[in-house]
Amino acid sequence: MDYEAELLPGTLDLLILKAVSLGPLHGYGVLLRIAQISGRALLIQQGALYPALFRLERQGLLKTSWDKSENNRRAKFYELTSKGRKRLREETDGWNRLVAAIASSLAAQPQKT
Amino acid sequence: MILAYFRSLAARFIHRSQTENDLEEELRSHIQLRADDLERFGLGRAEAERRARIEFGGEARFKEECREAIAGNFLDILIQDVRFSLRMLRKSPGFTAIVVLTIALGVGATTAIFSVVDATLLQPLPYSQPEQLVSIQSDLPAIGAHDIGISQPELQDFQQSGIFEYVSPMWFDENNLTGLSQPTRVRLTIVASNYFALLRAQPQLGRAFDPQYNSPGFIPEIVISDSLWKRLFGGDPNILDTSVRMDTDLYRIVGVMPPGFDAPGRTAEERNIEVWAATSFYGPPLPEHPARNRRNLPTVIARLSPGLTISAAQSRLDALATSLQKQFLGDYPNDWKIRLRPLKETVVGNFRRPLFLLLSAVGLVLLIGCVNVANLLLARASARAREMAIRRALGADQARLTRQLLTESLILSLLGGAAGVAVVFAGKQFLFRLVPETLPRLNEISLSWSVLIFALLVSILSGVIFGLAPALNATQLDLIHALNQEGRGSTGSGERAKTRRALVIAEFALSLVLMIAAGLLLHSFWDLLNVRLGFNPQSVMSVRTRLPYPNDTSIDKYATAAQEAPFIHELLRRCGSLPGVEEVAIGDPASIPLDESQRRLNALEGKFFLTFDGKDPNAPSMVERSRVTPEYFHLVGIPLRRGRLFNEFDNDTARQVAVVNEAFARIYWPNEDAIGKRFKSTRPDSPWITVVGIIANARTQSLADNDAPQLYLNIFQVPAKHLAVFLRGRIDTAIIPDRVRAQVQALDPTLPVFGAQTLTQTVSDSLAQRRFSMEMIASFAATALLLAALGIYGVISYMVSERTQEIGIRLALGAQPRNILGIVLGQGLRLALIGAGVGLICAIGVSQLMTTLLYGVNPTDPLTFGSVALLFITVALLACYLPARRAMRVNPMIALRYE
Repeated sequence: MDYEAELLPGTLDLLILKAVSLGPLHGYGVLLRIAQISGRALLIQQGALYPALFRLERQGLLKTSWDKSENNRRAKFYELTSKGRKRLREETDGWNRLVAAIASSLAAQPQKT
Repeated sequence: MILAYFRSLAARFIHRSQTENDLEEELRSHIQLRADDLERFGLGRAEAERRARIEFGGEARFKEECREAIAGNFLDILIQDVRFSLRMLRKSPGFTAIVVLTIALGVGATTAIFSVVDATLLQPLPYSQPEQLVSIQSDLPAIGAHDIGISQPELQDFQQSGIFEYVSPMWFDENNLTGLSQPTRVRLTIVASNYFALLRAQPQLGRAFDPQYNSPGFIPEIVISDSLWKRLFGGDPNILDTSVRMDTDLYRIVGVMPPGFDAPGRTAEERNIEVWAATSFYGPPLPEHPARNRRNLPTVIARLSPGLTISAAQSRLDALATSLQKQFLGDYPNDWKIRLRPLKETVVGNFRRPLFLLLSAVGLVLLIGCVNVANLLLARASARAREMAIRRALGADQARLTRQLLTESLILSLLGGAAGVAVVFAGKQFLFRLVPETLPRLNEISLSWSVLIFALLVSILSGVIFGLAPALNATQLDLIHALNQEGRGSTGSGERAKTRRALVIAEFALSLVLMIAAGLLLHSFWDLLNVRLGFNPQSVMSVRTRLPYPNDTSIDKYATAAQEAPFIHELLRRCGSLPGVEEVAIGDPASIPLDESQRRLNALEGKFFLTFDGKDPNAPSMVERSRVTPEYFHLVGIPLRRGRLFNEFDNDTARQVAVVNEAFARIYWPNEDAIGKRFKSTRPDSPWITVVGIIANARTQSLADNDAPQLYLNIFQVPAKHLAVFLRGRIDTAIIPDRVRAQVQALDPTLPVFGAQTLTQTVSDSLAQRRFSMEMIASFAATALLLAALGIYGVISYMVSERTQEIGIRLALGAQPRNILGIVLGQGLRLALIGAGVGLICAIGVSQLMTTLLYGVNPTDPLTFGSVALLFITVALLACYLPARRAMRVNPMIALRYE
């Protein structure tokens, strides 16, 4: 059974950046790629995707261009900008630190006095 | 940095990648791509697309959220709203054009009037530190005399009091300038030598007077205006030190003032000064030691000492007045008060009320325009109700919708405002010509920054006013009603229809108020035009000349009545023999009936202080007096009631006589026979004057006043230097002035001849300012009526189209077309009547404010109210007729099939 984890706020943006970092994608492609690299554990609501994409573009982290898709459909492709690449790196580091901190907190055993 | 910001702004504005179309396309392609995948899994194309669409979710709601996301910050939101609005406006060009035109009309007119108000009333006077400039006025409140003038000793007291930095009288006069090819009359101001230092005004050529001059008599120097320099001297750069004669006295030109320098006078004549001369106001031709109670200086201006406020100065001045009165008891029999007024008040004070009336009237027109536009917007909002409701239901933020509606309104109003200002700018010259010349500071009127900012503010305000209606209405959307298909056939949301009706009623009320104001002014003006003058201006012309006042009175050829008499007799004889002339008379300029310009030029010239035989000599009265030759009364057509007119035996050796009018006799000798009564001037050593005749009242001082007391003295007994020659007959008005000039200069070639005008023209000129106000308000009222008619046309039109189904049903059920006509007209009539009712009530209130401007017309004049209301209702009915006719012609089959 697919486990759909609830996304913490802000993580959608991070996932999108990561997905796009592996190569330019159109919106639908981003959905597929996130499902793929998360091992189908994360399925994004189609409605949530595009507002996030536009937000990221407005912030200058993604750039867009119209192009032909695999089956010759015209679609808008998203690509990381250098600013986006930098942000991805920073956010990933931050996330990893956070995860490590939480993990070590959760692993704490009651102290034996 | 700023450049980059604007560039990115512009880029974002034109940046095509996030338009609505792009959004559509991107979402569509997403669905197609998903459908492709589903197709690969084996679904049919149609099924795949359907599934994909369902998966995607609500497209419309989505678009809303995307729009939110795209526009992140305020500026982006604004830009998005603006582009959306522009697109909406472009979709309905007719609607946009009407709205922009209406606003352009309103804002343009308001801006034009405001530019006049701004230049005249709001801007400070064009002198350095104008808030320190004041005018000084003397009053005798106990006997009700105001602005009685100041004497030279009092002038000295003011100058030495330390309250003022400089004090200078301004004695407006005229002089004969000779020494050039033709003698010319020039408008002159006689001032103290510190006058230009007082105003801190610099000449463009040469210099001003030495402020420290303190010797008796006139400085033999004059300063001239730029216009005189160009007119008489051709702008000669070597003008300085040229000598000319002013009233036979020799003066040197030492300075030329810059163009556009205006003297701070009360009237146009006082402002367009051509020559300034300076004196210390004692010494020839004035007495060596002027008496304290000889108050011959009419207007005094001053600059306060640095750091002193007007109120502080006023209290110190009050203390000074009290101490002077104690010191010189004999010269102040009555309580003497000195009043300080800001100089600007003196110059523009009289125009405050009429200008604000005009501004209010035009503001009303703008308001009516806004109401009209609000109605139009509401009508359009009804059409878009569906769209709005759906967006609301799908989660669009109410604030967002309201913001967008307001943005639309603001764009419309700014466009309209810009168009209005552009028209005013382009038509500037034409508009200036409409303004009467009596208005002060005419040359300062321009589209300055304050005027443009005003236009901007007014546009924004209008946009908010008319944008509120549909925006607020949108918040009360009855969602179910709007979404329901059947909603189209009924009268639409009850709230909205009620609002629109209320707006139309408001519009009507405002228009009616304006129309009644215009009607009252028109009625008043018409009455004035047709009033019985009491004298006959037909076929009469007046031409003016002036005898000089040389500073050295011993060389004055016309110093006494006896010296002047031969000149006047001979002039009468010569002018009488000119072709076409039947009657001639001569008088002073105060005897020219209704001549406004002369009356104001020298405030004390026509006024006369006198005391009556047998009455308290310490309570003088101030009256208007004229000096005339005996033929005057018959020429001007004022009949004699009792006694006799002047005759040839009234000369400078006989006792002095006077002719008064009935009003004068009634006021000063009520219940007595005025004939034989005596009075005399308050000047020392004046002879008694006896009343010998009473003439009928005439409107010689003001068209509106038939009861003004008027006193006439004989010019052979009380001489005048300023003369007007009156000619009656079949005269050629083009050539007579030159003929008169020839006759005058044959007697004395140094005398200028000027100011030729027919008496009918003078009478008409006296109405110039009233005519201007009336024309302005009438045009505003006409515009308001047009707008109101458009308003009701729009409302009824819309109502008809909304109720098409209902009308179709009625017709199908057997109603006659004329019944429909009746129903629609009835609706319109009801609206009009309610609006007219409200308007009439408001008009009664407003007209009370106008009483001072109305002559002889009751502010609640039933004739005006009644006819205006009738006109109004007729126009409203006519405006309803077109849509009513359309209603009649509804084809029931089509109407019922609609939807």
